[in-house]
Parts: sequence; C-alpha cells; structure tokens
Amino acid sequence: MARNINRPLSPHLTIWKWGPHMLVSILHRGTGMALSIAGLVLLTWWLLAIAGGAASYKTFTEAATHPLGLFVLIGLTWAFLQHTASGIRHLIMDVGAGFELNTNKTMAYATMAASLLLTLALWAYILLVRA
Amino acid sequence: MTGPKQMGRFDRNSAPEGKTALGKVRGLGSARHGGEHWVRERVSSAALLLLGVWFIISLLLLPDLRMDTLAEWLRSPLGFVPMALFVYLCFEHSLEGVKVIIDDYQGDDGGRLFWTIVSLFLHVGVGALALFALARIAFGASA
Repeated sequence: MARNINRPLSPHLTIWKWGPHMLVSILHRGTGMALSIAGLVLLTWWLLAIAGGAASYKTFTEAATHPLGLFVLIGLTWAFLQHTASGIRHLIMDVGAGFELNTNKTMAYATMAASLLLTLALWAYILLVRA
Repeated sequence: MTGPKQMGRFDRNSAPEGKTALGKVRGLGSARHGGEHWVRERVSSAALLLLGVWFIISLLLLPDLRMDTLAEWLRSPLGFVPMALFVYLCFEHSLEGVKVIIDDYQGDDGGRLFWTIVSLFLHVGVGALALFALARIAFGASA
C-alpha cells in the first residue's frame, strides 16, 4: 500500500518560525560541507605545494594572498570556528544538557558570537600585526 | 530464478499485507547497529578539537610561513606526528559527516549507495594524496 500523497511528510524549513538554534543547526551542516570540499582541497594543495618545491609553493602563496584567495581563507577560518563552536554545543547536547529554552538559545547565539569574534581577532592579528 | 518477481527492489514507501512502511517496523525496536558511526563521529570531533587548536596555534607561533620554515617544522616529530593525525582525522570526520548528509537527503536507495561510494572514493583518494605529500615533505630529499 502506497503512502497517501495528500498527507504531509515531516514539516520542513518553510513552516517554522526561525530561531537561533535552527540557524546554528543549518550553519553546522553548511560549514561542514564547505570544510569537506574547499577545506580539504586547500589542505591537500598546501601540503602538495610544500612537497613540490619552491615553484609550486610560490603558485600557492600567490593564490592565497590574492584578494579572492584571502576571502576564501577568511571564509574557511570562520567556517572552521563556527563548526567547532557548534560542534562543542552538539557534544554538550549529546550528554543531555542544554535543552532548556533559554540555555539553548544562549548557547546558539554564543557559537555565532565566538566564531565571528575569533575570526576577526585572528585575521586582524595576521593582517595588521604579522604582515 | 524463483520467488515472486515483484521482490526485486525494496521500495520504502510500499509494503505488502496492506501495511505502510512505518506500520511494518513499528514495535520492532532499534536495528541494534549503527551506533558505532555516531560514536566514531564524536570521537573524531573530540580529537579534531585538540588538533585544530594545535594547528592554528602552531601556525601563529612559527616565525614566518616560508616554505623552508614550514618544511623544517613538518620534518620535526612534533610537527609531523600531529599533522599526520590532523590530516587523517580531517578526512575521517569529513567522510562521517558527509555520510550523514547523504543519508538525510538521499531518500532513494540507489542514490544513497551511489553517493556513499563516490564520497568514500574521493575521501580515501584525496586523503591518501595529502598524506603522501606530508610524507614527501618529511622523508623526501630536502629541496
């Protein structure tokens, strides 16, 4: 017997009022996929460039210091920090803690604040102090 | 070939005996496996939490990011060993995470199998390339 197509499946994104916990959950998946694709390709390219010698490393640094390359690096830094912060949130929730509405909401906001502030601090240090 | 012809491919939206797919499995309890993936994903995330912090702090502590500086760092035991673990676990955790995404969004059995294998091949292939590069930096003739 087939499923009655007039009955709705589980309600999805479109019908809920958005909250920070939803945004963080989606960001966790989005940043995870970005890191899986762009992050791993970049990590592999970086290692291959060092292994390949001076010419290949020069190609890498030229791409990495190009405005577009910097945009990708800063974006991936934020993605890594957001995924790490929301990952810690998931580990806390996995042990059964942090499900009270206010705690949950605060933790969700905290992951976004932490990832943005740390990205800003890290790249301000790299571009203004180290460069 | 014996047996009914319509038993070829399992369709999750239909079930024999006038029962829905949900009705068929209700009351049977869990499949009693699958938990290992969930646990492994969390263990690799905990390891990456440590190694990710190590990676960022190490890059910040290096005097510069020139090739020779990086190669020297990656040839030392305290550069090579954590970096090899970091690279391995990045690919392992990515494989586990992408599997969850595939399972969640690919409702079709064939599509799920296809993308699971594509993801496995890509992760193992590119991951092996990254570890090869690291090994070449550490053990190859210094350029």
